Amino acid sequence: MSRDDGAGAPAFEAIGLTRSYRLDGGVLVDALRGVDLRIGQGEFAAIVGPSGSGKSTLMHLLGCLDRPTSGTLRVDGVDVATLDDAGLAGLRNRTIGFVFQSFHLLARTSALDNVALPLVYRGVPRAERRERARAALEAVGLGHRLTHRPSQMSGGEQQRVALARALVGDPRVVLADEPTGNLDTRNGEEVMGLLERLNEGGVAVVLVTHDAEVAARARRQIRVRDGRVEMDTAEADTAEEADA
Amino acid sequence: MRTAEALRMAVEALRVNRLRSMLTMLGVIIGVLSVVILVAVGTGAKNAVESEIAGLGSNIILVVPGQVGLGAAPTQSRLDLADVAYVRRVVGDPSKVTVAVNSGEPVRVGRVEVFATLTGTDENMPHVFDRPLRRGRYLTETDVDTRRRVAILGAEVAAKLFGDVDPIGRQVTIAGVRFRVIGVYETVGSTFGVARDQEVHLPVTTAQRLIGLPRINGIAVGASGPDEIEPLRQRVVAALDARYPGEKFSAVTQTQLLGTIGTVLGMLTGVLAAIAGISLLVGGVGVSNIMLVSVRERTKEIGLRKALGARGRDILGQFLIEAVLLTTIGGVIGILTGVGGALLIRTVSPVPASITWWSIALAFGVSAAVGVFFGVAPARRAARLDPVVALRAD
Repeated sequence: MSRDDGAGAPAFEAIGLTRSYRLDGGVLVDALRGVDLRIGQGEFAAIVGPSGSGKSTLMHLLGCLDRPTSGTLRVDGVDVATLDDAGLAGLRNRTIGFVFQSFHLLARTSALDNVALPLVYRGVPRAERRERARAALEAVGLGHRLTHRPSQMSGGEQQRVALARALVGDPRVVLADEPTGNLDTRNGEEVMGLLERLNEGGVAVVLVTHDAEVAARARRQIRVRDGRVEMDTAEADTAEEADA
Repeated sequence: MRTAEALRMAVEALRVNRLRSMLTMLGVIIGVLSVVILVAVGTGAKNAVESEIAGLGSNIILVVPGQVGLGAAPTQSRLDLADVAYVRRVVGDPSKVTVAVNSGEPVRVGRVEVFATLTGTDENMPHVFDRPLRRGRYLTETDVDTRRRVAILGAEVAAKLFGDVDPIGRQVTIAGVRFRVIGVYETVGSTFGVARDQEVHLPVTTAQRLIGLPRINGIAVGASGPDEIEPLRQRVVAALDARYPGEKFSAVTQTQLLGTIGTVLGMLTGVLAAIAGISLLVGGVGVSNIMLVSVRERTKEIGLRKALGARGRDILGQFLIEAVLLTTIGGVIGILTGVGGALLIRTVSPVPASITWWSIALAFGVSAAVGVFFGVAPARRAARLDPVVALRAD
């Protein structure tokens, strides 16, 4: 897991970030209208806001799944504007772990192979991949479910597999988009607990949620409304550079 | 991502959709199978005809009156034995010139009667044609000069008339006249639909008297080597044209026959291969279609893979390898079944199907190329998917 020299750089640094879409009818929609945001290494932040506020767009930009229309975004110290699509894919692979509301597991693939998937695109040899995937599954308490397929597991287990997949590559940041949205309270609680433990291990966690209770678990809340950051509980001193 | 990895993924994807993969492959299998079988049949037919022609003997020139051609009515022959003597002088070596006069007649032994092709010929026949004897002897000059009533039977005629009995020295009745059997030919098969095993050879002079016409049907000249054929042919035709101004003579060489027939059968094989190629193409369209469906169906998966760090070319490779794997596996199965089918045809039918390596190599190459060609469009579509949009897909 060779990391860039940006060990001291914040996980995310956005300056004047905008994103507009042109709809099919030709109407221009400004989803983000200038976001300045800095999320340090090892932070635990929640991005909240009503639907249509731009929080999903922000999360896609932070996750390097999309490019800003204007403004600067640095992820782990790297300006995404300097990267081509393949470079962006590499950055996602090395730096970011994703957790989605609907899990997004490959249906006909075992838990082990699902978790190992990010390592495939990193060129990690098969034996090492399987070993690391097994360790990641054990870390989320699914050491006994290695060969199970998603359809053979409960929602909570599936989300834990997704969590194992997010952390198997030792990312700097885990981006979790409504990670508890499809889960009952008990399973949701379990997933939140795992995210907290992950954060304690030094990985920055950014939650995107509209659930106030979930958001309250984060140490920092960032409220987005109408494409702008409306409220940020950030204290500058929490953005300390946690070592990885 | 390494190729081995991409290959493993593709195998997995095909395995997961087993039925669909099989059905898609079926198009390619049928295409390749028909290429291999049809080319084998075409080539086999060509080889068979060529070996028939070559089996006549080597370096033969057939001289017949009139214009030879498909659909042309045969010219009433004006050639007689004097012309044979003339051609012998032109050629220089009399033993390399022989003669044929033909007529279909019934041949009878006791109550058994068969219909045979009578061929009046002479002692030089074996010097020009390749016609081995099983028993007895060929015609002699004396047989011809003295109009002896002797006959050499084709293998089939001998078998039908005499069965297991040795026919040498026995009597047969041809058109009411008794003949003594002096020889039996080996089985030689047929040439151009002429069943040569159903022939009965008589001295040409005897045959002319039997038929009641002093004409001959054709003269055959044997050249001393392949290079001699064409000059000799021109010399003979020129000599006959000079002897009979205003008449037309044709001299057909084996090379010409081989060339003409080779061209016709080559075209036939080509047409068959092209038809088979079209079915391979249709199979390719099927692959393209299925891959497009597969891309659409797996949009979410593609989005996820991209989110996890797959580059466009990883996705492109994945889908392209899937398509190529489909067609090459189909190609291999098609080749195996095609070879099996060709062997089966050869065993159970008279068609001498002959498997050619180029058709196998071509079929395999084309099926792999079909995979690339028809896989590229769906794979590119997959590679270009926007991860955000793809992840949101249903």
